[in-house]
Amino acid sequence: MSEWLSMVLLVAGAFFFFAGTVGLLRFPDVYSRLHALAKVDNLGLGCVLLGLALQAESLAAALKLLLIWPLVLAASAGIGFAIARRADALGIAPWRKDGP
Amino acid sequence: MTTLILAVALFLLANLVVALIAAARGPTAADRMLMALLIGTTGTGILGLLAHAMRLPALVDVALVLALLAAIGGIAFAKRAWQGKEGENE
Repeated sequence: MSEWLSMVLLVAGAFFFFAGTVGLLRFPDVYSRLHALAKVDNLGLGCVLLGLALQAESLAAALKLLLIWPLVLAASAGIGFAIARRADALGIAPWRKDGP
Repeated sequence: MTTLILAVALFLLANLVVALIAAARGPTAADRMLMALLIGTTGTGILGLLAHAMRLPALVDVALVLALLAAIGGIAFAKRAWQGKEGENE
């Protein structure tokens, strides 16, 4: 049972990583690319780590894997905020549908 | 199961290679920095997968270090290194 759940989580994580890469390639400006990086990729990482933690030998190993996720989430929240504020301070205009 | 884990790790590596195109395209320095942050996130995932598939628990520690370095690098870039327009082709 947990084997199947783990496989589903691993494949879902790979899908979210793929979606993040597509977003990084396709989105038009730095603000929207930050979305692809800070949200979708971290969801994919959470799925992969949860899938791995289900297969870990001991509870301590599973908890160690799961502890990486909050660290990366907090870090990417801070980085996304800092880069977006810096880009705004440097005067980079957000992308608009009808041109800048 | 190990086959699936290694396949997912290989897929994530292919994702990184494709994302290098985005890094080369730019146009601002932040877009290239985002690529480094993507390596931090995806690399953490790859190392976690490899730690399980190859029975090397030490790789989880490497993944933690990579996540921390990406965080510090991103903050240092935003606060200190990114000074503006020079070298940007926009």
